[in-house]
Amino acid sequence: MTAGKSLLDIRGVETYYGNIRALNGVDVSVNEGEIVALIGANGAGKSTLMMTIFGTPRARRGTITFAGTDITDLPTHEIARMRIAQSPEGRRIFPRMTVMENLQMGASLDNLKFFDEDVEKVFTLFPRLKERIAQRGGTLSGGEQQMLSIGRALMARPKLLLLDEPSLGLAPLIVKQIFDAIRELNRTQGLTVFLVEQNAFGALKLATRGYVMVNGVVTMSGTGKDLLADPEVRAAYLEGGRH
Amino acid sequence: MANIAQATREASATPFQRGIKEALYAGAISFGLFFLFIGLRTDQNIRNELILVPRWGLLAIVVGLVMLGRFVYVAYGQPFMARQKIVNVASGLLPDSVATRFFKLPYFIASLVVVGLLMVFAGSLDGIFGPALAGYMRFFRALAIIYALASVMFYFRAFIQAHFSALGIGVLVAYPIVVVVALTLISGSMAGGFQGSLKWVDNFGIQILIYVMLAWGLNIVVGLAGLLDLGYVAFYAVGAYAYALLATQLGWSFWILLPVAGIMAAFWGVMLGFPVLRLRGDYLAIVTLAFGEIIRLVLINWREVTNGAAGISGIPKVSFFGLISFNVSDPNYIAKVFGIAQSGAYYKIFLYYLILGLALLTAFVTIRLRRMPVGRAWEALREDEIACRSLGINTTTTKLTAFATGAMFGGFAGSFFAARQGFVSPESFVFLESAIILAIVVLGGMGSLVGIAVAAAVMIGGTEILREMEFLKAVFGSDFTPELYRMLLFGMAMVIVMLWKPRGFVGSREPTAFLHERKSVSSSFTKEGHG
Repeated sequence: MTAGKSLLDIRGVETYYGNIRALNGVDVSVNEGEIVALIGANGAGKSTLMMTIFGTPRARRGTITFAGTDITDLPTHEIARMRIAQSPEGRRIFPRMTVMENLQMGASLDNLKFFDEDVEKVFTLFPRLKERIAQRGGTLSGGEQQMLSIGRALMARPKLLLLDEPSLGLAPLIVKQIFDAIRELNRTQGLTVFLVEQNAFGALKLATRGYVMVNGVVTMSGTGKDLLADPEVRAAYLEGGRH
Repeated sequence: MANIAQATREASATPFQRGIKEALYAGAISFGLFFLFIGLRTDQNIRNELILVPRWGLLAIVVGLVMLGRFVYVAYGQPFMARQKIVNVASGLLPDSVATRFFKLPYFIASLVVVGLLMVFAGSLDGIFGPALAGYMRFFRALAIIYALASVMFYFRAFIQAHFSALGIGVLVAYPIVVVVALTLISGSMAGGFQGSLKWVDNFGIQILIYVMLAWGLNIVVGLAGLLDLGYVAFYAVGAYAYALLATQLGWSFWILLPVAGIMAAFWGVMLGFPVLRLRGDYLAIVTLAFGEIIRLVLINWREVTNGAAGISGIPKVSFFGLISFNVSDPNYIAKVFGIAQSGAYYKIFLYYLILGLALLTAFVTIRLRRMPVGRAWEALREDEIACRSLGINTTTTKLTAFATGAMFGGFAGSFFAARQGFVSPESFVFLESAIILAIVVLGGMGSLVGIAVAAAVMIGGTEILREMEFLKAVFGSDFTPELYRMLLFGMAMVIVMLWKPRGFVGSREPTAFLHERKSVSSSFTKEGHG
């Protein structure tokens, strides 16, 4: 796949929780049409980077540029309105609202005219959600909740989709379905995806490029294939080695 | 573990034996509880000394009642309820439900006969049975009326359930007319009918509807947006004082001041909203509680404007859009316009319809807003604030609109309250009011308009109706005043409802969005959940 121009550019970002530094000068870039995976161990700062893109917590140093606009200091809801959509860690669907209402929440106001069309697209991608349309979000299974979370993000017609651990706590079969759906989105609609994963093997197989993060710093980057073949990555993340 | 213990105990003891045993335990516990409460009373003797008056008889009665209640429940109540769940082997059916056995046509006819007879002889009851027994007869009549009404409702239960809102509105609209007509028939004169309706329309109708409206207003903040507000009465106060001050000082009419009061309350809603934007849950509750108290203390201490604790009196009445007045001295007084006898009841009936209209406006706006992006955003905010923000929702404006909208309806209710009372003072806006309004919202089921209306009717109407329980004097002696026990029963009712229905009368949330039409989920879709 040919790499387009840069869509998301993260330069030297440092983020703190109180006085504790969670990100220590992170450089990541995502080009149009790519699937970029960020892998790393627990507590490496992957999710923090995801949240920092959305401004909660805010980057104390460095810049985040999206499609040529500096979004480092924009309010969270305005960042979202620039068509960056997120399926956050732990899915965070609205448990007492139905599947349909959850999808409605994802659609931004200027997209309401496309609503029916967009809902149909989500249902084509995840037919299971259509079966559950009137069910409350909290009563869905984990996999369905993840589908709903991604579907809700897609309702915003995003230019960039951020996925935080889409495989977390799901059965291998469902993980495969979800990864297939992501690949499908990227292939047919050219959607740019930036995903954070602990499931390094699946993520790197899916990704055009990948980054490896350790203790708040990006230590390695390369194409998905190269990283999969890299002995260090294999030892640390793929073969159950210590890290 | 618990199941095993239960099983062995059931095997070893008959319900009767267990009933005896548990009754003894309950008796011991209640004796310990009530020994000081009921068994002893402090009093003053002639020399103004404090003395203890023992009331062993009363203590024995109370403990005995507790033991009897526990015994009946364990020995007969529990086995009865267990039998209800056992399928008849021969027919393969569950036993008839208790309700169908309780409401039967012969019983219904019997209750009608009882009501009819006691109505016909209503005037001569005292003469025939003596005052004490007549009190019981009237109580019996009340029970028979309740039973007859309940039977009718039970018979039409499916219909009532399907059209609850429409029926409810119909009943509310017809209520004053029914009361006036019924009392006219009973008293035999039109004037008597109107005069008698005062209590029913004012103490019950208006009082309940004010709380319905307040609770529906608070529901926007607490039920929809999930922002726990313990100081809602502040906005009620702002609305009431806005009308009271502007009407007495500037002489503006209610119809101009109603929106003004609403806007002022909404403004204070935003003022409260700003500092608490970052707070949730308990922290938010404490700040709103403080806000309510601040408003009340300002009203007490800012004497130059609010006249302090003495309050503002002589607040003008509402007129029917200036066309018909309810002041006896005005040339367009309603009795003069229509050429009917003077009565205060006309104004109360007018106020009843006014507050009914305002309450329905609140409900209508709430229902419409829930289907609009802002209402959906409120509900999403209640569910998950972080998810909301990452979906592009501006949580600041969302919270502020919730506070402002809720406060506005509080302000409307407040200006109505001022117009109805003709007098406002800070005493009406104490924390207890906020607590009662919040209790109604929680009891009704957060977010459910119907549930909240029912809760308001039960809680406010229930405590009011205790004033009518004159027959209880026949039971407990003539110095017994049932209304003193209103708050005790209010509290007990709340505990019972919360045990029985922890999410309120209507705990489920009505969805607002459908793909094309309401779709029921067929069983084939729900058989199995992967993942």
